[in-house]
Amino acid sequence: MSEGHHHAREKSRSELRTMALEALLVERGLISTDAVDAVVEQFQNEIGPRRGARMVARAWVDPAYRKRLLADGTAAAAEMGYGGAEGERLVCVENTPVTHNAIVCTLCSCYPWPVLGVPPVWYKSPPYRARMVREPRAVLREFGLELPETTAIRIWDSSAEVRYIVLPMRPDGTEHLDEQGLADLVTRDCMVGVAVPGVTEGVSA
Amino acid sequence: MITDLPDEAFTEPWQARLFAMAQVACRSMDQPWDAFRERLKAAIAEDPDRPYYDSWMVALEQLTGCSP
Repeated sequence: MSEGHHHAREKSRSELRTMALEALLVERGLISTDAVDAVVEQFQNEIGPRRGARMVARAWVDPAYRKRLLADGTAAAAEMGYGGAEGERLVCVENTPVTHNAIVCTLCSCYPWPVLGVPPVWYKSPPYRARMVREPRAVLREFGLELPETTAIRIWDSSAEVRYIVLPMRPDGTEHLDEQGLADLVTRDCMVGVAVPGVTEGVSA
Repeated sequence: MITDLPDEAFTEPWQARLFAMAQVACRSMDQPWDAFRERLKAAIAEDPDRPYYDSWMVALEQLTGCSP
């Protein structure tokens, strides 16, 4: 391998190893290229946080749905047509004026794929996984979320079976918005719990 | 800082491919997704500083018994 940036070289080694592994798995009949393409495509275009946002917006406008969502997240997701791997036991935790919720997976990267898609790099990183439990308030501050000292923070560690999603509070001044307009206010970070929806949203990355 | 890390799910296309390969392999081997997840957890614990998708690769190689 030629000179070059160590990091770049490392990436290309992983890429080559992935290609070699794919060829081997195809040869052994364990995967087909088409099936892999289909899953990649599905997560690129179909499965993502817009789904969770639609559920949140529905819960904001429909008290009966909200009740169902809090009682059984998996069933409430299925009602909207969302389900599949990493969503078998979905639990929705609700923010209130006195409690803020956020999710983490301390051991790996568990995350409710069917409603939020694939987690971002930072969610899977050692510092987020360790610090979100140890000093959540400081981590949230880094994300630009300053909570009153009187607000309790609850961190939900995705365990073997349960995947969590946060139901944020509906922001004030949104009475004029319809369900679609409300869903547009709900970012992925709001449902992870590292942000809260605002009427003037400008927070990303 | 955590917020300096990428906000995307994948920073390279091969990572998305590897992500999908694990799901397809699990299905065709008739294994629950947990069978993969447990190996991923172990691979991360074994070398916490290894890049995440490299641990994913180790887990997939172990699950399938295939190492290029």
